[in-house]
Amino acid sequence: MRTLSIQELKEKAREIRRLILETTHHAGCGHTGGSLSEADILTALYFHIMNIDPREPRNPGRDRFILSKGHATPGFYTTLAHRGFFDRKELKTFDELGSILQGHPDMHKTPGVDISTGSLGQGLSLGIGMRLEGQRRNLPYRVFVLMGDGESQEGQVWEAALYAGARKVKNLIAITDYNKVQLAASVDQTLSLDSLGDKWRAFGWTVRECDGHDMKELVETLEGACEAAGDGPVMILAHTVKGKGVSFMEGDYRWHGKAPDDAEFAAAMKELKDPEEEEEKHE
Amino acid sequence: MNRGDLIAPRVAFGKALAEAGNIYKDLVVFDADVCASTQTQYFKDAFPERFYQSGIAEANMVGMAAGMAASGATPFVSTFAVFLAKRAADQIRVSVAYPKANVKLNGAYGGLPTGKAGATHSSVEDIAVMRAMPHMQILVPADPVETRAAVMLALETPGPVYLRTVRCPVPVILPENHRMIFGQGLELHAGQDIALVSTGMMTPKTLAAAEILAKEGIKARVIHLGTLKPLDNQIIIKAARECGHIVTVENHSIIGGLGGAVAEVLTEHYPCRQTRIGFPDIFMESGDDEAIFSLLGMNTENIAQKVRTILKTKKEIK
Repeated sequence: MRTLSIQELKEKAREIRRLILETTHHAGCGHTGGSLSEADILTALYFHIMNIDPREPRNPGRDRFILSKGHATPGFYTTLAHRGFFDRKELKTFDELGSILQGHPDMHKTPGVDISTGSLGQGLSLGIGMRLEGQRRNLPYRVFVLMGDGESQEGQVWEAALYAGARKVKNLIAITDYNKVQLAASVDQTLSLDSLGDKWRAFGWTVRECDGHDMKELVETLEGACEAAGDGPVMILAHTVKGKGVSFMEGDYRWHGKAPDDAEFAAAMKELKDPEEEEEKHE
Repeated sequence: MNRGDLIAPRVAFGKALAEAGNIYKDLVVFDADVCASTQTQYFKDAFPERFYQSGIAEANMVGMAAGMAASGATPFVSTFAVFLAKRAADQIRVSVAYPKANVKLNGAYGGLPTGKAGATHSSVEDIAVMRAMPHMQILVPADPVETRAAVMLALETPGPVYLRTVRCPVPVILPENHRMIFGQGLELHAGQDIALVSTGMMTPKTLAAAEILAKEGIKARVIHLGTLKPLDNQIIIKAARECGHIVTVENHSIIGGLGGAVAEVLTEHYPCRQTRIGFPDIFMESGDDEAIFSLLGMNTENIAQKVRTILKTKKEIK
């Protein structure tokens, strides 16, 4: 795939956001808020950063991705479909009986899913394991683990953080989709993660922070993280907004696990229209 | 290993794992700071570059093993059964069992014998938890010889395997060339007055009980079920048909382990009387292993006495 410009990546992210809404609206369920918050991160990874080929989803040398916040499948599946891992029409089967697209990622059912997840807090450990095997086989592939902020309340995350920091596990890049909202309230109201960067630094990680919706900043931060990961694990705190791109979903916990109804869908899609189209209409 | 030798299955396990390291180049071992107890120390000494020390963090250990398996390794994860099967239950469920990860689990210090550590360390319910998990295959070997065979079988078999090993010395009862086969029970002693179905370290005790009974003219069939999942249904049904009463004997709670598994088979296929010998839904306590086994009616003489009582009652009813 040729290298895409920042503008083109932004356009991909907009298309993915529209696909997310189409997917959850059609299914009548799904985690819309967290999928919209991770959309730019997934776009940057799958369309710019990661060394992957949809024709060879099991290539041993490929970069790996783990959706540790496994409920945010609408964002993940639409990205995989858009990147060509499977036909986009499969998105219409999301969460249906017999679908290749389960509520949470299944490595045996969905092309492009590197490992199954769904119970929060487990992804980082899986990512370390993938890197340990990469090290043993002299394969320098990178492993990217996308985590939720609420997820970081799980104890296993800190067991994994301790291990990777102490052992200086290389080529491991974790990203926190730091949208500050979880299922039933804000993170602060639920259990504060204040000074999250300091926590990771104390565990021996290199920490980078960026605006998780500024594509240029995101791409640059990811590129820098990949370089730094040659020395040990890196955590990127990507500051995001839950429900990003749809005004009435932004920052609202009620959109954590909900799909838009017909009216909400129409209103949301209007907000995510092609800006050029919009201009043409005004002319 | 010769018949009658007293060897701790954990030592047989540790040596077998080190032996397997020469055959399986992708075999890696994970330990949560108990390698000197579970005996993965042997593997650590032989293959330090393939030995991973997770620290006392079982959840992360299981997850790392699953991640390695997803990239081609065959990890053997080893720690005390009580922590592996319960503290890391969700990690085993989601990261190992569900994706059929090629991860082998060694639940060490299975059942009562833990060196007098008491309730918190004696794993009374690990088999019940593992049995209920889809995709999980379970091995509970009888003696040191079968423990070695179980390590080899686990490594030959794709997918998740839970192997339960024991701390205390157990007499060798099986020939050196014994091989384990999934879903295949073993008849160790012929008889049709009653059937004694046992697993793990209780099999040598049960066999000894049958030998005592034989001298009294009681012919007790002894069946060892070393693979608890899949289970050899046919050997259980045949025993029910031919012997009419089954006694299960296990170093585990009578709920959800061998006793539960056999009851499930009998109820569906050939209802017959069953007596369960095992832990009676209680936590263990500190103390000498044999003293506690005796207290709970689980030593060789207890098993023989239970059979005498059952047969006497049967006779009286007739």
